[in-house]
Amino acid sequence: METRIDYYPTHECGGFRFRKGHVLPFGASLVGSGVNFSVYSSTAESCTLVLFQKHAAQPMVEIEFPRSFRIGGVYSMIVFDLDYEDLEYGYRFSGPYDPSRGLRFDHSKILSDPYARVVGGRDVWRDEPDWNDIYQHRSRLVFDDFDWEGDYPLETPIQDLIFYELHVRGFTAHDTSQVSAPGTFAGLREKIPYLKQLGINCVELLPVYEFDEWENNRRHPETGELLLNYWGYSTVAFFAPKAGYAATGGLGMQVDELKTTIKELHRNGIEVILDVVFNHTAEGDHRGPMISFRGIDNQAYYMLTPEGYYYNFSGCGNTLNCNHPVARNMVIDCLRYWAAEYHIDGFRFDLASILGRDQSGAPLSNPPLLESLAFDPVLSKCKLIAEAWDAGGLYQVGSFPAYGRWAEWNGKYRDAVRRFIKGDEGVVGEMAARIQGSPDLYWYRGPSASTNFITCHDGFTLRDMVSYNGKHNEANGENNNDGSNDNNSWNCGWEGESTDPAVNELRARQMKNAATILMVSQGVPMILMGDEIGRTQKGNNNAYCHDNEYSWMDWRVAEKNADLLRFFKKVIAFRHAHPALRRNRFFEYRDIRGTGVADITFHGLQPFAPDYSAGSRCLAFMLGGPNATEPDDDIYVAMNMYWEALPFRLPNTSSGTPWRVAINTSMPSTQDICDAGEGPKIDHDEIIVGPRSIIVLTAEARSSEGEK
Amino acid sequence: MSLNIDSSSQGNSARIKLVGEVDGTTAPTFRAEVDKLLASAPSILVLDVEQLTFMSSAGLRVLIFAKQKQPRLAIYVLKPQAPILDTLHKTGFYDGVYVTDAEPDTGTTTA
Repeated sequence: METRIDYYPTHECGGFRFRKGHVLPFGASLVGSGVNFSVYSSTAESCTLVLFQKHAAQPMVEIEFPRSFRIGGVYSMIVFDLDYEDLEYGYRFSGPYDPSRGLRFDHSKILSDPYARVVGGRDVWRDEPDWNDIYQHRSRLVFDDFDWEGDYPLETPIQDLIFYELHVRGFTAHDTSQVSAPGTFAGLREKIPYLKQLGINCVELLPVYEFDEWENNRRHPETGELLLNYWGYSTVAFFAPKAGYAATGGLGMQVDELKTTIKELHRNGIEVILDVVFNHTAEGDHRGPMISFRGIDNQAYYMLTPEGYYYNFSGCGNTLNCNHPVARNMVIDCLRYWAAEYHIDGFRFDLASILGRDQSGAPLSNPPLLESLAFDPVLSKCKLIAEAWDAGGLYQVGSFPAYGRWAEWNGKYRDAVRRFIKGDEGVVGEMAARIQGSPDLYWYRGPSASTNFITCHDGFTLRDMVSYNGKHNEANGENNNDGSNDNNSWNCGWEGESTDPAVNELRARQMKNAATILMVSQGVPMILMGDEIGRTQKGNNNAYCHDNEYSWMDWRVAEKNADLLRFFKKVIAFRHAHPALRRNRFFEYRDIRGTGVADITFHGLQPFAPDYSAGSRCLAFMLGGPNATEPDDDIYVAMNMYWEALPFRLPNTSSGTPWRVAINTSMPSTQDICDAGEGPKIDHDEIIVGPRSIIVLTAEARSSEGEK
Repeated sequence: MSLNIDSSSQGNSARIKLVGEVDGTTAPTFRAEVDKLLASAPSILVLDVEQLTFMSSAGLRVLIFAKQKQPRLAIYVLKPQAPILDTLHKTGFYDGVYVTDAEPDTGTTTA
């Protein structure tokens, strides 16, 4: 059969042969023996393709798109005979420079492709860039030759997941991680056995697409410490993985390394959720760098004030114009790309409320982007999780436009549980709602809409939550003015590290209380990296700029706090073992299956007498095992956040089998948590719950022969 | 540093010895050599890389190219130096080839 010749050059420039290209897909894609370049601008007057050899200081050729190569606002061109492996490309756009009208074209700038799948220029983490380079963030080609060996997204029911929020670099950057490639995707891959042993089945990765760790870098005025954009919530290229997170980034193989890591995580039953930042870009405000969007289609990609400046609902200088059709399509294309090409299982949207604002910043009742994502065919099985607030004051926890699909980071869960644990008054009533999956917030969505968390990257770690009353952000070089002042934390009697055994015992107990509440709550629990070993940031609740021991996980602490790690493993296993804790529907407060007990009942010191008064610090509840999604044991949880021990009289079990202790946070390790059926039996109708402690009991749902 | 390539074919086995570096400049030569050898449809390709000090992404992608062209081709990577072995591991290429320190038995195709 003859080979067809659909792609033949019609033009030539500087020895490079080319022809008119395809308008779709946007970006650079391999076609026949050429590369199709396609880029869009609604207001540009002309566009020039700029081609470099890798790392070259000057372009090897610049080819202006002939008028006939533009359809609508899309410039497309196929260039032949390029060395794909040795190619970098960018664009120059010409048009008016009139900031008051939102137009900022500058032909002198070489701009990165908004759809670039690979970006060079920051190939190795923390290698100082050549600031004189005329093209800092260089678009490159991607190759679709990765062998997934049959892998696909896992589609684990969301209520069965345990999220583990981690920073790819911080997880293994510390020497004590003992991985071969610290701080990289490959390092994360080496730690999969640790995650699996812990019981984690979903990692939520802080931003892993290309950002510039050198953005706004500075030295601490007193210590001289180099402060970087460590967290990465500032996107340079939405479609490109962070090269500096790959041990092979210097070879340009970050795509392969990340895909290999995801494939291995999936092989071990661990889903991957990406933290995506579509609320702003790394271009900042009008004083920021011109990397891509600003010089290509400023009006389309950014929300602009009537004077042509940048709205700042993100707190980072600009706001992506998410409900402009162009920006909206880019977001959808981007998420589809990650889901299809990287097998990503879900996305957590940073400051997601911005995605529901119109082009002037006003909240929309029916935001087109959120609706499109909810019903997108490619994303239909992906988890979509909103951080349902923004820096412009929009707070939508419980009211985020969900279309029956979106889940939320439940900030109200975090606040209520923190206040309850530290012994605040007036929280018991709210706690009753939070442990049910917050039906007051998500009554029309179900408990799995609630991502339950007590700590996350933004704020105190769990250990610091029980060790500090106030933030200690002096190392950030902002006179401790940055970071939240509303931490709901309690230091247990001493600010900071303590040698007092009583203080440290109480802190350990409070951490176990937090872990227990998180694991017995309906909804989807999220653990912050290192909380299971008592990781500290020395009271810093905003460590965004620290590429050092403030942020890195010190694995030696796992040995020092082995008891806490053991507790976390077992309390996670307890949740996995009990479907009664992982419902996909809210409780109905009745005996659904006629088994003699309701699905949930609330108790206080006396059965069926919860005390919701302002002075109460106690709450107990019982889950009727036969009414769980799958038949399960009865589970009784007694939480006493009062500073004295209190007696709790027990409700009867559904089948008459005795209660057994599963968890008692007032007991020392290893009596604090027991394996199934190994805990002591309760042979009377009352238990004493220690000060600031939680007891969890279980009872087999049905009598069985040869009772244990 | 340049790349020296020495290739041969015998029966259903092809062999390439690489000395030096496979980088963006020399990878096309490597690929052309692989292409030439695959023309006789061997079932085994042995890459003797004991004296290869560097292999870029372009070089590694030649291995994928060979597998794509002949999915049943068994590729043996003989005596890779540590950095190359490390890159094979981290990028997942390791799973698609047979890394060995001993001369493979090219009389069989069952490896």
